[in-house]
Amino acid sequence: MKIIVCIKQVPDTAEVRINPETNTLVRDGVPSIINPYDLHALEAGLRLKEQVGGTVTALTMGPPQAEEALREAISMGADDAVLLTDRAFAGADTLATAYALSRAARKVGFDLILCGKQAIDGDTAQVGPEMAELLGIPHIAYVKGLVGFSVEGVRVQRLMEDGYDIVESPLPVLLTVVKELNEPRLPSLKGKMRARKAEIRRLTREDIGAEEERVGLKGSPTQVRRIFAPETRKERKMLTGTAEEQVTRLVEELKSLKCI
Amino acid sequence: MRIVVDPEKCTGCEACLSSCPYDAIVMKGDKAFINEYCQFCRACLEVCPEGAIKEREEEAPVGGPGGFRGVWVFAEQRGGRVADVAFELLGAGRRLADARGVELSAVLFGGGSEEARRLIHWGADRVYHAESPVFEHFNDEPYVALLERLVSEYRPEIVLAGATPMGRSFFPRVAARLGTGLTADCTSLEIDPDTGNLLQIRPAFGGNIMATILCPRHRPQMATVRPRVMKKGVPDEEREGEVIEVKADGITSRTSVIETIKEVSEARVNLQEADVIVAGGRGLGGPEGFRMLEELAKVLGGAVGASRAAVDEGWMPYSHQVGQTGQTVCPRLYIACGISGAVQHLVGMQSSDIIVAINKNPEAPIFDVANYGIVGDVHEVVPALIKRIKEVKGI
Amino acid sequence: MNYFLTEEQQMIRDLARQIAEEKVVPQRAELDEKEEFPWEVMKTLAQSDMFGIFIPEEFGGLGMGSFELCLAVEELSRACLGVSTSYAANALGTYPILLFGTEEQKERFLPDIAAGRRLVAFALTEANAGSDAAGVQTTAVKDGDHYVLNGTKQWITNGGEAEIYTVIAITDRTRGARGASAFIVEKGAPGFSFGKKEKKMGIRASVTRELIFEDCRIPKENMLGREGMGFIVAMKTLDQSRVGVGAQGVGVAQGALDEAVKFARQRVQFGKPIISFQAVQHMLADMATQVEAARALVYAVARYVDSGAKEITKASAMAKVFATDMAMKVTTDAVQVMGGSGYMREYPVEKMMRDAKILQIYEGTNQIQRNVIGQALVREAARKA
Repeated sequence: MKIIVCIKQVPDTAEVRINPETNTLVRDGVPSIINPYDLHALEAGLRLKEQVGGTVTALTMGPPQAEEALREAISMGADDAVLLTDRAFAGADTLATAYALSRAARKVGFDLILCGKQAIDGDTAQVGPEMAELLGIPHIAYVKGLVGFSVEGVRVQRLMEDGYDIVESPLPVLLTVVKELNEPRLPSLKGKMRARKAEIRRLTREDIGAEEERVGLKGSPTQVRRIFAPETRKERKMLTGTAEEQVTRLVEELKSLKCI
Repeated sequence: MRIVVDPEKCTGCEACLSSCPYDAIVMKGDKAFINEYCQFCRACLEVCPEGAIKEREEEAPVGGPGGFRGVWVFAEQRGGRVADVAFELLGAGRRLADARGVELSAVLFGGGSEEARRLIHWGADRVYHAESPVFEHFNDEPYVALLERLVSEYRPEIVLAGATPMGRSFFPRVAARLGTGLTADCTSLEIDPDTGNLLQIRPAFGGNIMATILCPRHRPQMATVRPRVMKKGVPDEEREGEVIEVKADGITSRTSVIETIKEVSEARVNLQEADVIVAGGRGLGGPEGFRMLEELAKVLGGAVGASRAAVDEGWMPYSHQVGQTGQTVCPRLYIACGISGAVQHLVGMQSSDIIVAINKNPEAPIFDVANYGIVGDVHEVVPALIKRIKEVKGI
Repeated sequence: MNYFLTEEQQMIRDLARQIAEEKVVPQRAELDEKEEFPWEVMKTLAQSDMFGIFIPEEFGGLGMGSFELCLAVEELSRACLGVSTSYAANALGTYPILLFGTEEQKERFLPDIAAGRRLVAFALTEANAGSDAAGVQTTAVKDGDHYVLNGTKQWITNGGEAEIYTVIAITDRTRGARGASAFIVEKGAPGFSFGKKEKKMGIRASVTRELIFEDCRIPKENMLGREGMGFIVAMKTLDQSRVGVGAQGVGVAQGALDEAVKFARQRVQFGKPIISFQAVQHMLADMATQVEAARALVYAVARYVDSGAKEITKASAMAKVFATDMAMKVTTDAVQVMGGSGYMREYPVEKMMRDAKILQIYEGTNQIQRNVIGQALVREAARKA
């Protein structure tokens, strides 16, 4: 069983803020972490490997410093890691990213691809399904439980708004996973020592045979026009009157804010 | 398009270096230089005191490549009923279609012709409707195949779907198959009056920043929109429109849904993902207080949280704890009931969009982070609130 | 401060810190409240190879020493002394096997211990044998290929949870201190049972139980060292482990200091954060200085122990006594800085203060440590004279 886990190195968004005066990101000292959802994908991959055998390859696209995230994946138990890095990839939106990753996945080879449901910096949840489309394989998003697994296929629980579905798919398939799926393990000391010495395979655009017009900024249909701070909290309103009056006011306000 | 430093103007003050989230600005000699790690986020543009950092404008502004016309809304149905988000999208889509002077169409797979007609009542001029056993359950591939087929044939300029588990799963595949852009989780959609492009506004970095996204060179422009963000129009049962039945021939799915399990219990709504959280603290006086909050959460379609004090008292399980030692949450609406607002609690919830605080003590620190404050007894206010919301929602 | 840790040492410290922050801090209050053994944390520590730090590579460990173990203990102690006691007691129980075990015994037990599959406990203390270790009354009588143990061990950390016990028992009462021997007793041995779980003031996540031996038969291959070496095994073990207790002191004190500083920055009185008042600053300054001094001593002693030095008793006693007296003082002061909040269970420092007290008592009270240091001084002076 060849398992690819896609990971992304992201800034710890809990600590990213925008300076409302300059409209710029304040990121002094914001640490880079592996996208938390991807850790659940990695855990799922490692558990499957422990059950049915095979290998887990961590795959990421990013600048050279993203190697750190791959080493962390190895320290948790990934067998090897591939860093897709090339200045041609800069400025990629989800489609261009999915294209590059899908080419890399083809090059590496796989029976199963696991992704976190979304990355916490972009929150788009698009790269996984787009990758599956470009690879011509089925995908199941929002997987919260693995019910069955064999060489023929997977049976999973897929989270939906009003509950969940039991869904089956043949292999190869791409799954995007949610946090309920499992509790990711921490690295081990032996893993960390292995990770320190591990060779990280680097692939460029040419290595994966990606077309120049389909990667990076050139291959991105969407563009960021501008970024800005969200509206800051309005002045606090203290409601007055009897409980009924206060509540009536509150419900009106919440309705106008579309909270109800 | 590129972002560049004008070496003539750059004084080498280094003010821009720390503004770059990608470490893409470096000093070359005594001038700043933007290297290949630039992700074009524009964070640096306004930091430069000399105005030396500039966007080099892209090729000709695009007024929308020709041949694409009309606004489409994908109407999601589950169990034969069109989801509310579809009506919200029709509200937004109507506005966009009117701004562009084009028709608004809805697309419905399954659900029956009655539901198709309802989409017209809610603002669609035309509905593309397909009935087929492949749409009985949600599988991505048939949805992707038929929607792509229709878009390729009818060439709308804008296609919208709800940012629901379903929409967020299959829409990216449609975009990838069409080779066009998709913007997820938009909170606002506007037409740029100059270019006619769709301005797609969405939060990023966990809601810490907002971004305006464009898809200037490709059509259709695709976006998903979070439920409960757009305003529904007013349904008009007299409204006329056309339902076009389309065929789903030759469409198959490799995935198959074996079983659908409904879970109505509020416990399902993970605090992290809940849009509304009703949280209680020591002021509730006991576990019974939480039964009341559960009811409030139910009428609001939300989850129940608890302060550390309430969890320590054993009134709620730890899994519901919000705060430094519990979970960090950022729902659209957070209602704090009988929570004084210790720092340890505030750090876990203060990034919520709207915060309502109900507390007996007017000095309680929770009011400092609240948008709306009610000084009063939770045992009086909460039942009144439940009653009022039920009235408003007609339940 | 920079203690010039190697990359591997930093790795151990960082991973231990991550485990402490992610797995221990969120549940330490609950573990304390419920007096619950932290099995989940133990599993995480096992999965992360933390139990193998000081065990040779040939037995599945990482082949490092006391110093590296101290780094891990310190980080865990910073979060919860109950957890770190359970972890450190495992090392205490393992040292007799490591120091005196035969190849066969090591091969039999160490791989499981290194992997964290089986937990270990050390059993010396009895009702009448605390500071006076020579008062041990549990007996082991040879019977063919077996020894038969009778007696009760008291206040045994990890008792009941551990699967492997290193037990000191008297094999020849006529020989006094030379009449004791050390044995490995496995959970489930016939005649081996557990008494009541003690209710404690602090370190309540750790478990303390009686071990009861009633005609408990164990194979003679389970003897550690030779007959009569029991007290040497015990003393050498304690010499090794004592510096770890010092590391616990440094950890819990650092944890309390961190909390006090954080609180003092947030707490406003007289219109200013209390950290801006000199009276508070001076307290924090003393606390920080004491923590750093203790850390420097503990690290130096741990490295000295790892150097293979023969005479480590005095140094390890110094590290233990200094760092643990310091921990008691610093945790008490942290409560004082935080005032009423510090006294409440809402904040973690009252627990740290309760927990710290044990460090001055277990593995040889600080009075006994001073005896040890004093006797060493007398001996050294006599040698020079």
